[in-house]
Amino acid sequence: MTIALETTGLEKSFGGLRVARALSLRVEQGARHALIGPNGAGKTTVINLLTGVLKPNAGRILLEGHDITDLPVHARVLRGLSRTFQINQLYADLTPLETVGLAVSERLGRGGDWWRRMGTLDDVNRETAEVLASFRLLEVMNERTATLPYGKQRLLEIAVAIATRPRVLLLDEPAAGVPAGERHDILAAVAALPRDVTVLLIEHDMDLVFAFADRISVLVNGAMLVEGPPAEVARDPRVKAVYLGEAADA
Amino acid sequence: MTAVSEVSSRAIARARWRPAEIAFWILVACCAFLFPSRYLIMTDIVRLALFALSLDLILGYAGIVSLGHAAFFGVGAYSAGLMALHGIITEPVIALVVAGLVAMVLGFLTSFLVIRGVDLTRLMVTLGIALLLEALAERFSNITGGSDGLQGIEMAPILGLFAFDMYGKTGFFYSLIVLFLLFLLARRIVHSPFGLSLRAIRNNPLRASAIGVPVDRRLIAVYTVAAFYAGIAGALFTQTTALASLDVFSFERSADLMLVLVIGGTGYLYGGLIGAVVFKMLQEVFSTITPQYWQFWIGLVLVVIVLVGRDRMHRWALWLPNLVIRQVAGRKAVVAVPKSDAP
Repeated sequence: MTIALETTGLEKSFGGLRVARALSLRVEQGARHALIGPNGAGKTTVINLLTGVLKPNAGRILLEGHDITDLPVHARVLRGLSRTFQINQLYADLTPLETVGLAVSERLGRGGDWWRRMGTLDDVNRETAEVLASFRLLEVMNERTATLPYGKQRLLEIAVAIATRPRVLLLDEPAAGVPAGERHDILAAVAALPRDVTVLLIEHDMDLVFAFADRISVLVNGAMLVEGPPAEVARDPRVKAVYLGEAADA
Repeated sequence: MTAVSEVSSRAIARARWRPAEIAFWILVACCAFLFPSRYLIMTDIVRLALFALSLDLILGYAGIVSLGHAAFFGVGAYSAGLMALHGIITEPVIALVVAGLVAMVLGFLTSFLVIRGVDLTRLMVTLGIALLLEALAERFSNITGGSDGLQGIEMAPILGLFAFDMYGKTGFFYSLIVLFLLFLLARRIVHSPFGLSLRAIRNNPLRASAIGVPVDRRLIAVYTVAAFYAGIAGALFTQTTALASLDVFSFERSADLMLVLVIGGTGYLYGGLIGAVVFKMLQEVFSTITPQYWQFWIGLVLVVIVLVGRDRMHRWALWLPNLVIRQVAGRKAVVAVPKSDAP
């Protein structure tokens, strides 16, 4: 199996606080990999390190064998590493059409075009329509994102990430805050993600993790505790201790 | 209709000319012919409108605040003045473009300082650059004429055909045509993929980079373009007044520009144009009533605008035109109302 995304010995400290300790993670090509951990384990830090928002103090990040540790955020996206956001970071004033169109035009290298109008570039139009259709957003494509139901906004969130044609997709709590009635659409969309896209799911919801993932990594205090197939991780006494301990505290 | 063609037509529809826009430019053309005794003040308005359009490109679309936009205005003004004075390039249109390009180079070089940091840093950096240039212009008074300014600028006829006249008629139509052409260009830019990426950056730069937008590169590009626009506005100033003095760099000029956009609104291109008209009119009215204290009234108007909210005032102002359009065309309001973005 080839490795889609790999980190070796990632370290990150804020002052005296070590938020990532010798973090090594290997995600196989096409995997449905979940990263779980109790609150404050450093899941958000991992995402920020992987996407380039934070620079590690030490360690490397490899995307399909290429070192991307020193690449800026947008360059990693163009290389094929995209993410979704946990809390709503969509463009409230833009329409789904514009949001997806923007992602597509950047991916196709048309983002710097200052002369032709949006909508006149055939390749951008074609891919935009494709993505909007596959996430069933065509009917609402011309409405302001802020006015869409929350479930649709979460779908748009995934649609934008897919519009960048990722090789590896980081899903940050895709179903967080979605009302039960709209939840099914999100889960269906996640399940229907193309198989050649490697997915790293960062999630709190254990039902979703065990339904979706074929491999699980458990992060505790900025370090990897356990990694393995779901059944194995579920049985692991250390994992139980972490989660039961957390439950006992709560 | 297939999904692709619908996507295309919906996207293009955003850039279509609205009736209100066409009405606006017809109105402008009418003014040009209705008030032949007012060319000087109208030229003043047109220059200010172009200058404000420049600031709107970076503030309204890319979210870059600037308190030193006069830097580019000044460089454009002096470039045009020096070229005319020393006979380097005498044909005004070519000189205008060259002056714009000089400002553009300065914009490109200083953009690297401006894109770092956030709003307050940017305010200070832009302000600092403008002050620096003003001091340099004063120091090298042998070139700039110091506080006397450039004296004895003689403008050659435009394209060798249209001489500048003492009523300012040529200067006005010249400025208006330049404004209109650059407005068309700006309109083209903001409706392009590049323009869309700017709006995304303004709303949320982190998110934009997560979509694959090279944020810094786009900001440098738009800042450079805006510097070109401001340089052209400055060059028009020199060419139509045959003057260039240190006050082209002044802080008041940059600050007034901000007021123009506060009045007119940002992010829809017409804010700078409408704001320039209103600002100059207010200045005229107030300075006739109280020559000494007109700034008091301008200040009062500003406070009211910010407190009442421009959106609400625009709705009041557009109530009648909208009503008329509804009656005539029988459809929903078509007069553009800017999005809320109180500076």
